[in-house]
Amino acid sequence: VAGGLAGGGLRAQQEALEPNTWEEITSYNNYYEFGTGKSDPADHAHRLTTQPWSIQIDGLVDNPGTYTLEDILSEVEIEERIYRLRCVEAWSMVVPWNGFELADLLNRVGVQDGARYVAFETVMRPEEMPGLSVPVLDWPYREGLRLDEAMHPLTIMATGIYGEPIPNQNGAPIRLVVPWKYGFKSIKSIVRITLTADQPYASWNASQPGEYGFYSNVNPNVDHPRWSQATERRVGGGLFARRIPTLMFNGYADEVASLYEGMDLAEYF
Amino acid sequence: MSSLARTDLMQAVNAGLRRVPPALVYIVGLGWAGWLFFLAATGGLGVEPVEALEHRYGELALQLIVLGLAVTPLRRYLGVNLMPLRRAIGVVAFFFVLAHVLVWAVLDVQTLPAVWADILERPYVTIGMAGFLLLLPLAMTSNDWSVRKLGGAMWRKLHRLVYPAAFLGALHFVWLAKGFQIEPLVYLSAILGLLALRLRRRAHGHAKRAG
Repeated sequence: VAGGLAGGGLRAQQEALEPNTWEEITSYNNYYEFGTGKSDPADHAHRLTTQPWSIQIDGLVDNPGTYTLEDILSEVEIEERIYRLRCVEAWSMVVPWNGFELADLLNRVGVQDGARYVAFETVMRPEEMPGLSVPVLDWPYREGLRLDEAMHPLTIMATGIYGEPIPNQNGAPIRLVVPWKYGFKSIKSIVRITLTADQPYASWNASQPGEYGFYSNVNPNVDHPRWSQATERRVGGGLFARRIPTLMFNGYADEVASLYEGMDLAEYF
Repeated sequence: MSSLARTDLMQAVNAGLRRVPPALVYIVGLGWAGWLFFLAATGGLGVEPVEALEHRYGELALQLIVLGLAVTPLRRYLGVNLMPLRRAIGVVAFFFVLAHVLVWAVLDVQTLPAVWADILERPYVTIGMAGFLLLLPLAMTSNDWSVRKLGGAMWRKLHRLVYPAAFLGALHFVWLAKGFQIEPLVYLSAILGLLALRLRRRAHGHAKRAG
């Protein structure tokens, strides 16, 4: 029932969202394994081999193992989700993803009772990812969600954009999308998913805990220490576009605010 | 290379440099800034032109500041004489800093309260702005009239403000980077290196005088 309600709210919001163009979505990216410049991923990510691909799923699950991408996709239904994407750097886009709910995959592998978090890991191939030679972060890139966040119907695994296979610079062949959190939580090119009892390592959180919280929910009222999060620049507006106000939970408060009831969001930022 | 051949090469380089009128530096600098603005306005700098233009102006400013600081060491250690162009390099560097600040304030942050809040609350903005303010009197006195009015000694003393300004500019770049990044540290190292050359020189000078 909760899923149905969330889906209804989602459809209402989709009608109001105008997606960014393919060019915008695929030419302006943060994917530091290919370089820290915004065009580095588009310039270098073609070197990443995405076939064959498999994901190791382990930890507190009933059916641990290495699942090929084909196997994973054979059991799920791909649908379009038009989501806002808000980067922690205060720019944003609207992306028409194609993907499936992460909950479907987690239910398939069987989440055990003690599991409370989900950990994710990005592929690490220095020979294909030139950015790995610079220790910007402690590679491989890792992220994590609380189990209820991971099971939320808005949380998807994306394999496409605009009906096309997802380009390498956007996280091919399969990535997480958590639309109410800053973009860096939506980890790309996933090779491992681990169900854990304790809060897992998260790369940005570990590198600068004062700047990047584990939750990293989009919140216009809690500034990044070095810049304001109250407004954002929507990519594609050109040189003279006005900034737009950033929405609580990136506009998904109706669906997800209840996950954080009773929590001080300034403390758990 | 023999020292004689080196001297010949330097003489040829310097002869070439002497033929570059300072006006050309101003024209190329302003033209380049205008060209970048045109590119940003017409999609030539990618899909996020505000950030791109802001960063390009800021980086060019740092590059020209490094070049300006290198003028004296280049002459002293390599015999390359950029001295006739130093004022033009400095003024164009300031122009790029100004363009960077204006793009940031007008096109990026957009409102005066937000600009003010950033200056007060964000340390990397605060030090960037401090560097900009230090450069203001230098830009305003980069003319023959001011040199005469202030006198050579006073003018030189005033223009040593470029040292802290350059350091603040590099620190500003290092501070705003996400994670560990090489490029800002390259600028910081270059500027610290160029400042160290001067400190060494001053220390030597004092030692000699004391001796």
